Amino acid sequence: MKQTVLTVQDNQPIAKSVWKMTLSGDLSDVTRPGQFVNLKLDGFYLRRPISVCDKDGDTLTLIYKTVGDGTRALAGYGKGKEIDCLTGLGNGYDVLKSGDAPLLVGGGVGVPPLYWLAKTLLAEGKRVTAILGFNTKDEVFYENEFRALGANVTVTTVDGSCGQKGFVTDALAGLDFTYVYACGPEPMLRALYRATKTDGQYSFERRMGCGFGACMGCTCKTIAGNKRICREGPVLERKEILWED
Amino acid sequence: MGRLSVSLCGIELDNPVIPASGTFGYGYEFAEYYDINELGSFSFKGTTAAPRFGNVTPRIAETPAGMLNAVGLQNPGVDRVISEELPKMKRVYHKPVMANVSGFSLGEYAEVVEKLDGEKQIGWFEVNISCPNVHGGGMSFGTDPRAAAEVTRTVRSKTKKPIILKLSPNVTDITEIARAVESEGADGVALINTLLGMRIDLARRKPLLGNVTGGLSGPAVFPVALRMVYQTARAVKIPVVGMGGVSRAEDVIEMMLAGATAVEVGAANLIDPFASRKIIRDLPGVMDKYKIENLKDIIGGANK
Repeated sequence: MKQTVLTVQDNQPIAKSVWKMTLSGDLSDVTRPGQFVNLKLDGFYLRRPISVCDKDGDTLTLIYKTVGDGTRALAGYGKGKEIDCLTGLGNGYDVLKSGDAPLLVGGGVGVPPLYWLAKTLLAEGKRVTAILGFNTKDEVFYENEFRALGANVTVTTVDGSCGQKGFVTDALAGLDFTYVYACGPEPMLRALYRATKTDGQYSFERRMGCGFGACMGCTCKTIAGNKRICREGPVLERKEILWED
Repeated sequence: MGRLSVSLCGIELDNPVIPASGTFGYGYEFAEYYDINELGSFSFKGTTAAPRFGNVTPRIAETPAGMLNAVGLQNPGVDRVISEELPKMKRVYHKPVMANVSGFSLGEYAEVVEKLDGEKQIGWFEVNISCPNVHGGGMSFGTDPRAAAEVTRTVRSKTKKPIILKLSPNVTDITEIARAVESEGADGVALINTLLGMRIDLARRKPLLGNVTGGLSGPAVFPVALRMVYQTARAVKIPVVGMGGVSRAEDVIEMMLAGATAVEVGAANLIDPFASRKIIRDLPGVMDKYKIENLKDIIGGANK
């Protein structure tokens, strides 16, 4: 974890209610795909945790959805705006477990952290398949970016307006994969967990207080005991997940 | 002793700044970021007899100039605090520490204090009778002067270390509770714990917190906390530890002028992991600005 000031380079909408922001600065603590940063926004008390979409040299890419007052304020930040950030938070994905043909499954704004992961796995010569799930065509983003990396990409939309109609789990049939990396809303993760027994790592989202393990605001139960999503997570091993209720 | 030093219940502190329980873990979490021996002391995570998972999530919500939490005293229980957490703490912190203890019965307070009493590094017990996020214990002891007095009497009989009762602001007259615990042998009082609050998620039309209500902290509560510290300091002879929304060196000085002997920093640690250290480092400059030679000279200064 490092506290640092990052400077906004660009901030643009890329889909319905979805924005892409690039920032520059000291990213030395951003070491693994699946980690997140925690942003201090003017006029808000708690920081806003946002997953890292990509790190390229000293440029950080974040993709976020405008869902509340904080993220809407973030969408108003322009080039040159400085943001106090805690960087390098969370455990991130372990790329060493992927096998030869990892499957990446993302839903909505769960897609972004899989981008840097795909890039990392492809650089290591893995055969990467990505299923990117959205509700509808207007919300689809990064399909071409994943393809440009060299991943085999399937897009699903619930209403069938783009790609294959249905949920991400409807795109699993016929796929051959060695490991699963997932990030998305909890109902998606749960459905995926039921749909495939293949080992993997699932990334979770929780409301957080601090984002670095101090407040116990984001604790969840796992087979391996209580874990803080911000610290021992957000990525959990499939075999340690305990679904509540 | 330096300009910042104060004495709390007979124990010298290099400075009056103490990270508050529940915002600083067992210290070692923050020792990764800086040398926490710079602190006056810190109060470790609230300890109960049995392990507690705490409340369902969401446990945290944003508020204007503050936050709500409903963590619900998550902790591994006193035995594992002693066997696992305190050894890790001792490796990184070498001054007297404040042990925050909670209970759901008089017997539980007695058990936790008895077990922790042998830990040499514990300088004070901070007895939490004010947690708003648990049911059947916690705050129910701190909102009734007779129950608060009983907890004090129970804990008093189990330790010779100083006991500081942590009081709830969710009462009509906090000085009544403060006087009740003073009369039963409390060595100090710490206030305020969080103010009971809630938020509703507009999209779901349901309370935002899993526990429905939570405790409000952060700058929003500072004036309320300051007022209660001021009133309490006038009502009792024992030292008052002030807390509630303290975020900068100026706030520490206000708290001390209102009558606080030492000052805890809570929510600020969660927003900025370096907040407590920054406050300590800023104090000399702010003291110079307001022509304060020694901090201990200003305690209760606004009360005179």
